[in-house]
Amino acid sequence: MDGTAFLQGTGALVPHLTVLITGLVILTLDLFLTERSRFLNEVVGLVGLALAFVLAVLQHGDPRMVFMDMAVVDNFSVFFHATFILIAILTLLMSASFVRREDIASGEYYALVLFATTGFMFVASAANLVMLFLAIEILSIATYILAGLHRQEQRSLEAAFKYFILGAFSSAIFLYGIATVYGALGHTSITQLAATVAQGEVSPLLMLGMALLIVGLGFKVAVVPFHMWVPDVYDGAPITVTAFMSAGPKAAAFAALLRVFFQGFGAENMAAQWAPVFAVLAGLTMILGNLSALAQVSIKRMLAYSSIAHAGYAFVALVTLDALGAASILYYMVAYAFMSLGAFAVLTVVAKRGERHHAFSDYSGLASTNPILAAVMTLFMFALAGLPPTAGFAGKFYVFSAAVKSGYYVLAIIGVLTSVVSVFYYIHVIRVMYMQEPGEGGSPIRVSAATCALLGVTVLGTLYMGVFPGSILRLAEHSVSLLF
Amino acid sequence: MIPISYYLWVSALLFVTGAIGVLLRRNALVILMSLELMLNAVNLSFVAYARMFNDMGGHVFVFLNITVAAAEAAVGLAIILAIYRTKETVDVDHLSLMQH
Repeated sequence: MDGTAFLQGTGALVPHLTVLITGLVILTLDLFLTERSRFLNEVVGLVGLALAFVLAVLQHGDPRMVFMDMAVVDNFSVFFHATFILIAILTLLMSASFVRREDIASGEYYALVLFATTGFMFVASAANLVMLFLAIEILSIATYILAGLHRQEQRSLEAAFKYFILGAFSSAIFLYGIATVYGALGHTSITQLAATVAQGEVSPLLMLGMALLIVGLGFKVAVVPFHMWVPDVYDGAPITVTAFMSAGPKAAAFAALLRVFFQGFGAENMAAQWAPVFAVLAGLTMILGNLSALAQVSIKRMLAYSSIAHAGYAFVALVTLDALGAASILYYMVAYAFMSLGAFAVLTVVAKRGERHHAFSDYSGLASTNPILAAVMTLFMFALAGLPPTAGFAGKFYVFSAAVKSGYYVLAIIGVLTSVVSVFYYIHVIRVMYMQEPGEGGSPIRVSAATCALLGVTVLGTLYMGVFPGSILRLAEHSVSLLF
Repeated sequence: MIPISYYLWVSALLFVTGAIGVLLRRNALVILMSLELMLNAVNLSFVAYARMFNDMGGHVFVFLNITVAAAEAAVGLAIILAIYRTKETVDVDHLSLMQH
């Protein structure tokens, strides 16, 4: 074998490399920028991501193995790549005025967002468990730093520390799972796992490895009982980073779950072992996530619990192990990215300098001082609560119908009941905005052009996916067909 | 020759020791060391299995893991240092700004 053999097919990784190189360019460019030309960071980032988006969509087609079967680019990864790049673009738009307001070093900030995005993309194209681990580490290490980027804020540092400890802890468990699977089967290739598993017996060692993988990824997705880091980390991190974390790493972790458990461990004998575990996790997550969100006084913290609850809804579809379930997860991730990034963008604007204004009382009378902002927030609250005609409704509809189709009636019922509970705390935000008088300091807020663009895109996305859900779902179904 | 299973038991023991350290110790630096212990315990398993299968892959993974562990330690130490600068302590019991 000659030395260049491992480079064969690297062309398929052009989108990943574009994002990575854009990050490096920003990091270098930032050194030469003055205070006034600092906006070039955002411009370069957006141009690079837009280019990467086009390149990613062009990779659509037959699966191609890269790096000697370590990575794969197929329709499944292409769907996720497009989603991740979209999340990164929206995050950049949201952050433009935020980094200026909070005096955060924008070069590092954008570079880290792009590095994390590269990590997401490699998670979606991992064809080997070791590759998956490396990709998860790339995204995790970048997000640890992002969470602590507000170095003067003790809350931000505390969030970064908690995220780091629990993230590294879960990575170690995940890695131990990989080592154990390796010990049970003799290799770590996800694409070959299925074949090896189907013919052999399910050994206790393999079961142990699989359990460790579930715990490791459970931490990353933040399903109950592995969710305890989420409220503090989401609460303390700079809010645009919270938004990024709620959309990106979650979608990446679901991509990893689909790859490992649908493509790798999808065989009948294995699925019988893990499906009941996933069902219990999904049920617990929906119940606890929604009930804890009820008791919050800070909207930022409420959205953190809401993000746990949404992971629970998407988790329901994992139990089904069919194409509709997998497609509904892909759909849900895009829908949640729009709703969550939009809602967090409103929070970013209302929080003002220093992020002191996250309490429900800070939203009182928002409808009379900032009617458009309040209307937009209302739409996102409806979407997160799962009311039609929004993306949130269509997402939940697909997830729960997949569950019913596979006979998981109890999960679907828990899902619907907890959605009803969730309406209370989402409507509470709307009630405060419309029914209460503005408090002191309730004045019209200037919204920057970038944030306006972001709100426009997320509002349109949320409505489009709610009114015409079919087109995205068909795309998702097409993308997951290779997993089975 | 020492049987492979001995290495695996030692690895499991080290991993559990590290996990207990992360959960019980209150000093941030000791927690970081415990995390490193967990990662290195896994490396030991990788090497042991690689030896069992006569497969070079497992050995290569260890090098990748060492790189990741180094990057993680660097970021972890940086975060702990930043906390020490503002709080003058690395005791995790003092990190409780957000307990509602």
